[in-house]
Amino acid sequence: MIIKEVEIKNRTGLHTRPAAMLVKLASKFKSDFFIEKNGMEINGKSIIGVMSLAAEQGSKLILKFIGEDEEEAAKAIVELFESGFGELSELKEENKNGQQEGN
Amino acid sequence: MDSKKVIEGIPASPGIAIGVALKYEKLKPKITKKELKESEVEAEVERFLRAVERSKNELDKILKLAIEKLGLEGAQIFEAQILMLGDKTIIDKITERIKAEKLNAEFIVNDEIEKYIKFMQSSDDDYLKERAHDLEDLKNRVIRNIQQEKWLSRFDSSRIVVAESLTPADTILFSRNQVLGYAIDIGGYTSHTAILARALKIPAVVGLKDASKLIKTGDVVIIDGYKGLVIINPEQSVIEEYQDKMKRAIEIERKLEQLKSLPAETLDGKRFTLLANIELPDEVDEAIENGAEGIGLFRTEYIIENGVIPDEDEQFEEYLKIAEKVYPHKVVIRTFDIGGDKIFKDYHRESNPFLGWRGIRIGLDKPDILLTQLRAILRANTKGNVMIMFPMVTSIEEVRQAKKYVELAKSQLKDKGIKFVENVKVGVMIEVPSSALMAKEMAREVDFFSIGTNDLIQYVLAVDRGNETVAKVYQEFHPAVLRLIQFVVESAHRAKIPVAMCGEMAGDPYATILLVGFGLDELSTAPKNIPKIKQIIRLIKYKDAKRVSKRALIFKTQDEVKEFLNKELKGIISEIEI
Repeated sequence: MIIKEVEIKNRTGLHTRPAAMLVKLASKFKSDFFIEKNGMEINGKSIIGVMSLAAEQGSKLILKFIGEDEEEAAKAIVELFESGFGELSELKEENKNGQQEGN
Repeated sequence: MDSKKVIEGIPASPGIAIGVALKYEKLKPKITKKELKESEVEAEVERFLRAVERSKNELDKILKLAIEKLGLEGAQIFEAQILMLGDKTIIDKITERIKAEKLNAEFIVNDEIEKYIKFMQSSDDDYLKERAHDLEDLKNRVIRNIQQEKWLSRFDSSRIVVAESLTPADTILFSRNQVLGYAIDIGGYTSHTAILARALKIPAVVGLKDASKLIKTGDVVIIDGYKGLVIINPEQSVIEEYQDKMKRAIEIERKLEQLKSLPAETLDGKRFTLLANIELPDEVDEAIENGAEGIGLFRTEYIIENGVIPDEDEQFEEYLKIAEKVYPHKVVIRTFDIGGDKIFKDYHRESNPFLGWRGIRIGLDKPDILLTQLRAILRANTKGNVMIMFPMVTSIEEVRQAKKYVELAKSQLKDKGIKFVENVKVGVMIEVPSSALMAKEMAREVDFFSIGTNDLIQYVLAVDRGNETVAKVYQEFHPAVLRLIQFVVESAHRAKIPVAMCGEMAGDPYATILLVGFGLDELSTAPKNIPKIKQIIRLIKYKDAKRVSKRALIFKTQDEVKEFLNKELKGIISEIEI
């Protein structure tokens, strides 16, 4: 079993689309995948489960991977969280601009 | 008339309907717990899987209808339900539980899904609470299919549909029937039911609060979609009155319909531009359908959800959507016009928010917010049909500062190598007395004006029109208001910039002759008002309008102005009034 901790970086949290992306990716792997938030654990391959976590920006989640391809699954899914589900690229640019403005 | 029989709501879709009510209630399916014999388990699992399959087919059908009626974008509201119904993990879990616990399918479905609904409902996030409704809908759909009960979505004869609320799916399904009108307890002018009702030209009143409690199936009901009234079991005389109104309405609508492709031109050949005020990209079709020659005010506040302002890319996509939809016409995008409490959760409550931290004041204090929005707007100007407008401007300094940010946003985009049409027109709302009085000087700083009468009147007369105790002090035709408008128009024209009006006054047929006479170049109003205003313009002479507006300026009270206008408009207003 692999356990990872991630933080939600994208603005909308695990709303419909990010949740669908996550479930789709998780379903490509044979390993079981669970997500825990504040003591509540759900199956990470279930979109209803993922959405009902109500994970907003800044939420911390514990990811558990169990199975033969757990390493690959963990790597790919942690990356998806890190990338902010594709919502982040622009945010970084904006922060830069924001800082310039503050000076 | 018994006052209890008339309920007032929000006029969501114009028109009058008289008919028999059909109360639409989604009965919660009855769920009993039933233990299964070993031999029954397999069939029960089959029953569940078939119900899922049938639900999928139903949703597919709804999606298809939705795309037909609402377009691809509008149909996105069904996305979550379709994705949720495809949740294999939950389906497997339910199948396993039926087998292991040997209990009937509907009980297990309810038990299993209810957990998730409860989680979603307990969230602080409005978006997720909405999804809880979706999931509840979905659960009930599957359970009904297990119990093989057909939902009432087809009925034989014409009915007025009365409901506490209608989901988008309900509204879409009902649209296959002869729906005469809608009376709905909740929702506003831009709720899905309202937009759909307008698209389908079905009279509707929403926000009625308790219509579904007061009206029973079989009651005779009148829907007045112009005034936002619903009359329950009216007397014969009232029915006759409304039958006349209905005939008139149909006649007038038909006449107005013919105006769609004709210009807003006075009898003596002076041309005006009629534009639409909207707050959702989805309303563009409705605006064009009503003859709008562009969008004179696109309110951007809707984009802020739960106090979260979307990032530049997301805003860009929304603005681009509307810019492309409106093209080759123009769209004037107004930067956020909201109070501080809407975006900053810890922001203290102001004792006087109308005089507080709002509009451009927030943008100038929080340049990150303003710059992000400006970059998104500039990027959306791929075809050169986008204009920028700042709200709540009170001084020349604010205009200059705001314009500096426009230039800064441009250079930031250029630094990133992003292409956009650089030459963008920048204007201001004239809605604060100080900027109206400084109009001559202000006009040299900007490319256009747009007079926001709602706030202007409120500030000039020092009256909160939402406050019923003082509501009568709010006077659109107060001589002070008219004089200010005239001064703003004259100042704009002296500086050779166009001036529009985007407040409610622009959509008031009694005001049209004055506005035409003052020489406003553009009138921007809710899409539904456009045909009426156009009709008035086409029935008057510019020459007369000038005379009337000049005369109106010498009166001392609103009553005098109104009396004068009534006389002048005799025989004209009657052409559009129902």
